[in-house]
Amino acid sequence: MIENIDLSLVNWSRAQFALTAIYHWLFVPLTLGLSFILAFMETIYVRTGDEMWKKITKFWMTLFGINFAIGVATGIILEFEFGTNWSNYSWFVGDIFGAPLAVEGIMAFFLESTFVAVMFFGWNKVSKKFHLASTWLVAVGANLSALWILVANAWMENPVGMVFNPDTARNEMNSFREVVFNPVAVDKFLHTVTSGFVLASVFVVGISAWFLIRKREEMLAHRSIFIAGIFGLVSALLVAFTGDTSARTIAKVQPVKFAAMEALYEGKTDAGLTVIGVLTDSGERMGEKKVHDMKLKIEVPRLLSIMTTGKSDGYVPGLKDLINGNPGKGILSVTEMMERGRYARQVLTDYKMAKELGDNDSMAGLAAKFEDRDFIDNYFRYFGYSYFEHPWQVIPSVPVTFYAFRVMVGLGFFFILLFVLALWFHRRKTLEKNRWFLWLALLAIPLAYLASELGWIVTEMGRQPWIIQNLMPVHVAVSNISSGAVQTTFWLFAVLFTALLTAEISIMIKQIKTGPKH
Amino acid sequence: MLVSYLFLREYWWLIISLLAGLLVFLMFVQGGQSFIFSLPRNDMQRKMVVNSLGRKWEFTFTTLVTFGGAFFASFPLFYATCFSGAYWVWMAILFSFIIQAVAYEYRSKPANVFGTGVFDTFLFINGCLGPFLIGVVVATFFTGSDFSLDLFNRVTWGSGWHGLEALINPVNLLLGLAVLFLARVLGLMYLGNSIDDAELTQSIRKALLRNAIPFLLFFLAFVGFILLGKGYRADAVTGEVSLVKHHYLHNLLGNIVILFLFAGGVVLVLCSLWLGIVRGSRKAIWFAGSGTVPVVIALFLLAGYGETAFYPSSSDPESSLTLAMASSSYFTLKTMMYVSFIIPFVVAYIWYAWKSINRKRIDTEEMAGEGHMY
Repeated sequence: MIENIDLSLVNWSRAQFALTAIYHWLFVPLTLGLSFILAFMETIYVRTGDEMWKKITKFWMTLFGINFAIGVATGIILEFEFGTNWSNYSWFVGDIFGAPLAVEGIMAFFLESTFVAVMFFGWNKVSKKFHLASTWLVAVGANLSALWILVANAWMENPVGMVFNPDTARNEMNSFREVVFNPVAVDKFLHTVTSGFVLASVFVVGISAWFLIRKREEMLAHRSIFIAGIFGLVSALLVAFTGDTSARTIAKVQPVKFAAMEALYEGKTDAGLTVIGVLTDSGERMGEKKVHDMKLKIEVPRLLSIMTTGKSDGYVPGLKDLINGNPGKGILSVTEMMERGRYARQVLTDYKMAKELGDNDSMAGLAAKFEDRDFIDNYFRYFGYSYFEHPWQVIPSVPVTFYAFRVMVGLGFFFILLFVLALWFHRRKTLEKNRWFLWLALLAIPLAYLASELGWIVTEMGRQPWIIQNLMPVHVAVSNISSGAVQTTFWLFAVLFTALLTAEISIMIKQIKTGPKH
Repeated sequence: MLVSYLFLREYWWLIISLLAGLLVFLMFVQGGQSFIFSLPRNDMQRKMVVNSLGRKWEFTFTTLVTFGGAFFASFPLFYATCFSGAYWVWMAILFSFIIQAVAYEYRSKPANVFGTGVFDTFLFINGCLGPFLIGVVVATFFTGSDFSLDLFNRVTWGSGWHGLEALINPVNLLLGLAVLFLARVLGLMYLGNSIDDAELTQSIRKALLRNAIPFLLFFLAFVGFILLGKGYRADAVTGEVSLVKHHYLHNLLGNIVILFLFAGGVVLVLCSLWLGIVRGSRKAIWFAGSGTVPVVIALFLLAGYGETAFYPSSSDPESSLTLAMASSSYFTLKTMMYVSFIIPFVVAYIWYAWKSINRKRIDTEEMAGEGHMY
């Protein structure tokens, strides 16, 4: 089956997952960040007894509710899609990947869904303190759910804490601690939730700026800008910090993705960090993949070497080293990895056949290989490479990864500046005088969504063609269903989600225009 | 080894069964939604019905998601086989829940583009389709599906209809309809308990009788078929799967706990019907809920315990899934067992939060107020 895989099915399955994930991620970051902003505002209300803070909290809570509902709606499909569209993957890694997903449900979703009901309906039914606790628990629940799904996602990028069981033909967990404290998971969680905080803060600052432009709800706007400005600034600085650590980790565990992010083809010492540049076709090819030249390049000398190796003259491998191999730097060629992976897969096939035939002697010998350190470290770790025919197939889209990364990082720095200005003008009480800034803050809202989505595009496009780094390519993971069926559900989701998004935006705009209830 | 692998598999099957039981009970939300166009006589009554259900919809939704997650973690081969194989049925179920999730929040909001009627129709579709299709899928645990697995446990589904073929099996339809009418009965009982409106209460009582009868007929017919018909037995030693007459009946009579759960649950559900229909008691929902959960648990245990293939293949019996072949590893199940110890704590805070916002029944006065409304 795998050998005759329908590429149309793979592409439509990828498209469907991308579509549903991108839609879902339009709503999640606002939930992650706005839930904390609500908690801050309500805390001030409870501590001061100032009814204005209650009014402000309730206004943002209305917007939170509109966003939350569609976030929930678009989220359910993602969990089940692993089974419906990626069944081979589900079995291959379900032993590890499923656990964080189940913990997410038991630990986080119930917390979130239980207390969100108290948060919305409990204003006059429970005590102030219980209501405040509920609002905080919604924030904690939402962010806990992000933790677990990101642990699962990080495992796909850096599979750790498992052993392969030839009897079941799958990976099995042997260390929950390693899975949870996977360095990629830690970086990813911190980077992702703080980016959600930034998006929510930009949203609050932007909407508040609109009120000031319209000379309405000034007190709400000023207070909201103050809270979101501080929260946003702290978060944006954390995003920059965690982004840096995240990139270092990627350089170690996903060097091909890292090279694609930097559009680095030739490995080098004293490597500079490209701030911006334009990729053009060099005419050279790596198999069917284009090799790009960099024009209009602005570079910070040696910074890439320093960031990735800690030394200004550290060696950073390029795509050519990683594909063709570089013995001097201890880098195996992909061709060699494919050979080793094929050997590992043959051993597994032989084991399964021996088991079918009841050949106990052969089985014992073959099973022993899966416990042999040399076989695991030097052959089985390249298992996924056995499914490729050409080395160039492991190269992701360089332009998409390169540009998405730069735009995301650039916007990240822009948001730091935005929050600094917001707090500065707020402190000087000159927000209204600087109308250009108010417009800038309003226009920054879509940019925050763009940056957030681009972050996922870097992550997910950059690790192609792998669904599990080095162990399983995407085309092997797909369910054995017809391409037509997936095309149909793709369009159904596209139409439904677009219709729901249209309703969401329309309702949101109407609620903002209406403003807080007096 | 503190606990055996067998214990862990059965423990996780019990957790799955418990989640299934809670899910079926919580589908009172869907059952209530299925009455959105027929029960209320005016807009205020409809508003009360929607707001009453709307404060609980997330529990059902979350339980469904957790049910899926728990299946993925504990029995990933089922997750891979059933979800990809019965693709269209699951997609239909998921679509119905997607449209439900936005419908409450958006239905009465100004500028909602499509109008209240469309969002109410979403609720109605989810109310009918959700319980019915989930019932049909669960019925295939007893009637089997057309699939096979290769050496590497990759799934090939026999029918190009990918799950829709289950709809032409009358036994599957019986459970689908039984779950649908049970959800409607539970929905009526819940609405009766949570809304303070004399006219609506009368309508609920009349509708209860009309829905309890088909529920009982479909449920008894389904139980009769599976207990008196053949079941998929998996030999504990050889692993060979075969169809055996009265297999599920043997499972029921051979395990006193399952028998007690089943019989006790049925008695409680019958009591609830008597309370709701004859006595007009608002407490009927608690009896119905206390009965529904153990009956569903018992049905799941019948399908999974006692040398049984819980997800049988009708075309290739050797591919049938048993707890042993479909489960996660010992390590994962054990780790997950520790995680599951927080479930009583979760149930406790849900109960506390539920009680705290449900102290007073919904009435017209509250609907005319300023609070958050659907």
